Parts: sequence; C-alpha cells; structure tokens
Amino acid sequence: MSSLPSELVEQQKVIQKLAKARGLDFYDTVFEMVNYKQMNQIAAYGGFPVRYPHWRFGMEYEKLSKGYEYGLSKIYELVINNDPCYAYLLEGNSLLDQKLVMAHVYGHCDFFKNNFWFSKTDRKMMDNTANNSTRIRRYVERFGYDTVENFIDACLSLENLIDRHSPYQGKIKSKEPNSEPPPENTIKPSYKIKPYLASYIKAMGLKHKLDPDLESAEPLKPDLPPEKDVLLFLLQNAPLEDWQQDVLSIIRSESYYFAPQGMTKIMNEGWASYWHSRMMTEEICTSSEIIQFADVHSGTMAMSPMGFNPYKVGIELFRNVEQRWDRGQHGREWESCTDEAAKKAWNTNAKKGQEKIFEVRKHMNDVIFIDEFLTEDFCVKNKMFVYKYDQNTNQFVVDAKNFKAIKASFLFQLTNFGQPTISVVDSNFENRGELLLSHTYEGVDLQPDYMQETLSHIYKIWSRPVNLATVLDGTPNLVRYNGEKFGFIQIGEQEKAEEK
Amino acid sequence: MSIQDDHSRFKDIIKGRIKENFKKHIVNEEMIGKREKEFVKIPIPRIKIPKFMYGPKESGGVGQGDAKDGEPVSGKPGDGSRAGEAGSESADHAIEVEVSIDELAEMLGEELELPRIEPKSGAKINSKKHNYSGISTEGPQSLRHFKRTYKQAITREIISGNYVSGKTFAIPIKKDQRYRSQKIIKEPQARAVVIYMMDVSGSMGQEQKDIVRLESFWINAWLKKNYKGLETRFIIHDSKAKEVDEETFFKVSEAGGTLISAAYQKAYEIIQADYAADQWNTYLFHFSDGDNWSSDDTKLCLKIIEEKFIQRINLFCYGQVESKYGSGQFIKDLEAQCKHEEKIIRSQIKNKEDIPNSIKKFLGKGR
Repeated sequence: MSSLPSELVEQQKVIQKLAKARGLDFYDTVFEMVNYKQMNQIAAYGGFPVRYPHWRFGMEYEKLSKGYEYGLSKIYELVINNDPCYAYLLEGNSLLDQKLVMAHVYGHCDFFKNNFWFSKTDRKMMDNTANNSTRIRRYVERFGYDTVENFIDACLSLENLIDRHSPYQGKIKSKEPNSEPPPENTIKPSYKIKPYLASYIKAMGLKHKLDPDLESAEPLKPDLPPEKDVLLFLLQNAPLEDWQQDVLSIIRSESYYFAPQGMTKIMNEGWASYWHSRMMTEEICTSSEIIQFADVHSGTMAMSPMGFNPYKVGIELFRNVEQRWDRGQHGREWESCTDEAAKKAWNTNAKKGQEKIFEVRKHMNDVIFIDEFLTEDFCVKNKMFVYKYDQNTNQFVVDAKNFKAIKASFLFQLTNFGQPTISVVDSNFENRGELLLSHTYEGVDLQPDYMQETLSHIYKIWSRPVNLATVLDGTPNLVRYNGEKFGFIQIGEQEKAEEK
Repeated sequence: MSIQDDHSRFKDIIKGRIKENFKKHIVNEEMIGKREKEFVKIPIPRIKIPKFMYGPKESGGVGQGDAKDGEPVSGKPGDGSRAGEAGSESADHAIEVEVSIDELAEMLGEELELPRIEPKSGAKINSKKHNYSGISTEGPQSLRHFKRTYKQAITREIISGNYVSGKTFAIPIKKDQRYRSQKIIKEPQARAVVIYMMDVSGSMGQEQKDIVRLESFWINAWLKKNYKGLETRFIIHDSKAKEVDEETFFKVSEAGGTLISAAYQKAYEIIQADYAADQWNTYLFHFSDGDNWSSDDTKLCLKIIEEKFIQRINLFCYGQVESKYGSGQFIKDLEAQCKHEEKIIRSQIKNKEDIPNSIKKFLGKGR
C-alpha cells in the first residue's frame, strides 16, 4: 500500500473542493494506492485490511483473484464507512478511471456520513475489526484452530439473524452485552474501568462473577413479543463459554456494521453515481476524456435481464426525483391529473430538485426509496420486468411487465432487505428447554438444505434441540433437529394428534 | 499478507471435499495418460456458509432490458450488478477445481494410508544437493550471519585484551564478517524400475483392460512421487510377449491365446540387461484374467518367479481382473505355491470400484 502519486494528490484536492462546493459533506477521506493483489485481499476482507482468520475470506479471495487473472472482473474502487473514510485506488488504472473513482467515492462518503441508516454504525470500525481479529487470533492460540473455526462457522451461519431496525429504536445500546458497556448493565467493581479495557475485562470472564443479571436473563415466554435479534438472544441465553460469547458478539457487531450497506445499496450506489456523473461531465473531464468517461460509465450502468443493477436504478431514480421536484411534479394535484400530455409538460418551475434529493439521501433507505419514487413511467423508461422460474421448461422466463407486479416484486426483494425474517418465540419449548424459532412466511420457502444445516449450527450453540416453524411446499411445518436427526411435523397434524 | 493463511485454509477445505468422493474421482478414465504436472478438473459442491435464505429458484425478481412476455432470460438470478464487485454472490451450485495429478497421487497416498516406500538396502547412488549450512568469510550482504559475525568480533576483542565484559562493546570489522555459504551434501537416492505386464489376449475385454490401465496409472503416479528417478517399462503379452512404450500400453487391443510365462521371461530379460541388482529397486506388476493356456505353462511361471524373481525384486504384484471368459485359475495356483512369500502380493479386481482396495493391497506394505 502506498500513498498517492503527486498528480493524483492534485486531482484529489480539486475533486474534494468540487464536491464540497456542491454541498457534499464528508469525513476526511484517505486514498491509498494498492496493487490488484492487495485490492483483492481488501475486497475479500469486506473492505478492511485485517479480519479474523476464516476460510470464507480465502474463498472470496480465490474468486476475486481468478476473476482478475482471467480478465473477467476488476474492482475499481473500494470505500469504507469509517471516520476518516478509507478508499482504495487500483494501481495501473488510467488517470480518468482514478478521477472517476475519486468523484464516486466522495459521493459514498457523503452518504455514509449523512444518511440516517448509517448514523448508528461504528465509525471506528477500521480499528475495531483489527482488535476483533487480534482477540479471535488469541482464542485460536488458546483453544486451537479447529475449535475456533468450527464455532465461527456456526456463528456465521446465523449472521443474518439480526434485527435490522433495532439500532434505530434505541434498543441496542442498553441490551448489547459486549459493545461499549453502558454502566447500569455491567460490572460495578471497586475500581474504575477505562473504556478501552471494558471489552477485555468482559472477555476475561469477570462479568459472570460481577454481573449476575446477564446469567439469569429471563427465559423468553410465549406471551412476550418474539425476538428478531436471534444472535442477541443466543448471546444472553445460550450456554456459551466466555470466548464463545465474545466471538459471537464480534460477529454480531460486524453484522450490524454491514447491515446498512445492504439496506441502502440502491441509494448509496445511485447517489455516488449521480455525483460522479455530474462532476465528471460538468467540470472534471477534459474534452479529450469525455468519450472514455462515457464508455466506463455506461459499463457500470449496464442492465441485465437477471436482476436489476443498483447503480442504474439508483442514479435514474435520483435524476427522476430531481427532475420531478424541479418541475413541481408531485403532490395531490399532479397525482390526480389524468391528462397524460399535461402531466408530461407539467412545470411549475419550483426548482426544488437539489433540495429534495439531499433530503432523500438523508432520511431514506432502499425500501422507502423504491416505495416512494418508483413510478410506472420510470419502469417503462427503464425497461423493467418481472421474471419467475418456470417449472415446465426449467428456466427463468419473463413473467409480467405491469407496474404493480414490478413494484411488488421489488419491494418483496427488499423486505427485511432480502433476508427471511426469523425470530425466537420460545426458549423453553414444550417445557423441555428447546428453542422454538419462527419464520414469518411471505410466500417463499426457505432453501431446504441450507435450512437444515443452519438448524444444526444453531444446535451447536444452543446445545438443546432446536425447532423451526416454517412453511414447506405450502404446508406449515415444524422442523426439529435434536442433534442427530431432523424431524418434520406438519403443524396442523400435530394439533390433531394433541386433540386425540 | 494474512489473506494467504485464509486462502490456503480454503484450499485445504477443497482438498478435503475432493477426498470425500476420492474413490469416485480416481476411477475416472479421463485421468489416464495425464502427466504429473497436468491438471484435471474435478467438480465439487459449492462451499458456502448455510443460512436461512430464500431458494434462488423460488424467488424470481426484477430484471431490466428488452424482453417480451414469456421469453426466457439467461444468466443467474441477482446477477444484475457489475461483475466482480465485492460481495455480490452468484448462485452457483457446483464449482470445478483444478488439481494436478501429482496432488491427486498425494491424496491417494493419504487416503489409502500408503506408507512411504523403504528403498532396498544397498541400492543407493548419491545425488548432490546444495544447502546453506556452511560459513565463509566472504559473501553477499544478504547472507550475513549476525551471530557468527559478532562472536568473531568478541573473540577478537578478547584475544586483543581490550574486552571488559559489560563495559566495552565489540564492533565487527571487515575481518569479522561471516556469511552463510553453500555446502554440497551427498544424499543417497534410491532408483527404481517398475515393469508393468498386461495380458491382452482375447479373453480380456475392453472393460478389463480399462481396469488394468486405471490401476497401473495410479500405481505409477504414486511410485513416481516416491522415487525421483523412476523408470517404467511396459510389456504386453498374449501367447507372445513384447515390450511396448507407455502410449501403446494404454491404448493397444490385441487378441490371441495366453502364455503368461512369455511375459515373465521377457521381464526377466529386461531386468538382467538393464538393471543391476545392487542399484535398482525393482517392481513387477502383472495384470491378467488368470486364464493361462496350460498348466505346464503355469508351472513354468511359478518356477520363474521362485527361482529368478524373488532374489532380484522388491515386489511382485499380480492383479487378476474378473472376466466373463476367464477361468481365473492362475491366482489360485499362485496362492498355493507362494502363500508365505511376502514379496508376492495377489489381488482380485472385480470391477472399477475395487481399484483403490487393490492398490492398497499392493502398496500398503511399503516395500
């Protein structure tokens, strides 16, 4: 890794100034120049230079390196939500590419700093991933590679079982046992604990001696609302060793850190693309570079029949919103207008476009963004359609092009940010200390083989039989794993059996 | 880079996956004829961390582009974002891993718990090897030996009488500099010759020949790993025997009667002519359906084995492939005659799936 060559430092200053002048507001941004191997490593680590040891990073690295070596893919930019923001430029890219990436990165940095959904993320994550890595490496030394890896495997299998909304409901701070510990919930020793030592002291296991509250956490009763943060529930209730608890909490906190990026993929990329496009075409590009820029830009915006491109949808929606608010095309009057021609020509010269998109980037996430701004016109203009799997021909086919279907499918894909909603319902199921999870069914089955493997991983953590209420092939089922084998009970039949 | 650790761990996991179905992979005929460093592609199930997630086929989704209703769309679901972007996941179910024959042979060894082969005593020649274990007074800076240099400096100071322990420092001068240097080590190296004999008579069908080829291919791959200077010779026989090259051995199909003694005689001639007993480890592998022409010839065979081979060789392996036509008598005769002879190993191979077991039987003793 090296700092930027002087010509790029010059460019960075120019672009930063431009971005500021246009109202973008960001943390300091540190650019570093890396070669493709380093870039692949950093990308495999999810943007960080160091992570805890785990083979999945190696798998990602293998994929990225192969892709690069065979000339199939190349990572242009990487930026980390941190204060200061870190961004990486790929050595050997053309000057134009680097300028484009820098302009794009400032868009992301502005988004990270100002979007509400990022407001609760850890801005010192760069340091904390390194600390987490050190802690887990220490456990590896103490307990052996295989033991720790096995446990991490089990935890990673559950990493998506968090409650993505909880940080914004003020729940997380008071409940999370291993973040910066709030005073009322933790150790009250005779000496004062310095904040930077707190997590270490936790990891040392002092908590159990000093903090009986955590141990005797109330078992979840059926009449309580289900807990969507399955990881938190396991942290508080599963019989875990201290190091296991620490590992689980590390994975949970990293999961929460990455969650907003999944929640705002379309907006984040759209916002950054909107700004790189404007800054590049309006000011940065020289006339000799503009064609090359158009080429690179259109490559990023390519549409694919299988799935939408968040860059494309994002940038077009932002442009659409800007245009509509510039021309006053919103509000009841506009919506109730039935004259297509009049609607098209509608222009109140409101010029509120800029103001509106900044407001949008501050408050919204993808679900709200799509729900609010996806219009029929937009779908037609952007050639959107819905596809589905055709059982007869064994392939995906275009299903519908009507607006309602597209919007419904879009929103479904984004509901709970593409993840099934699983919550803990009962921790003493059937009075046997078994765990009962419930899948909130939304018309799509869980992938069965993964579901079974995941259950067996939860069993490793809970160490008592685990049950999952879900729907398989249209019938409600209770899937049970008792450490040896799986049982499937149709829920209706079970009730019948009980009646008898 | 720390990613290297994770990367090699991932590769280990892949190897583990290959091993799970190892016996299935090695009986794949495409392997035959590949060189040690050549790669073969082995499909393994995609390695992924299981999660509660929607199945890709269930979900469908939103796509973009010019398309008509009912038209099939190509690609993978969720593949809309630009390629190679970090974190974008594709829904592949199987991946192909490239593995070299060399690595596969290594796995074969591990999987069948084949012991390293102990070279025959006395059968040694010397090979030269370089090793940086020497010390010299001259050399490049990159080979400086700090400890020895300072030792030298202290020694010099003590001799000159200037040195007071704990009070003065020893500062190396040019004369004190010591460097690592090459040492040539003579290493005994074993040499080995393997002679493969195959019955190509009319009673051996294509299936039987395939089995023989697969088995000898893997035996060859494993022995090559064990011996650097491995030589191989190939003999095919029906009622006459002739030496052929490797390619012919793995491809030829002939027909005719069976006289096993012809092959043994030929093998003995080769050994006598080219491989002195005190320098070579000798391995003989013979594959046949066991349908020898006459009992007189069988007697002759046994005589050759007993009188000529046993003194000279490390191992004589006889693999009998089951065939529709053959009587399979030879293995019984061999067993009756040489039951207690450790150097002679017999194995019955019924079908392809028997190959790993048969290899284990042949090479499991590490002779």
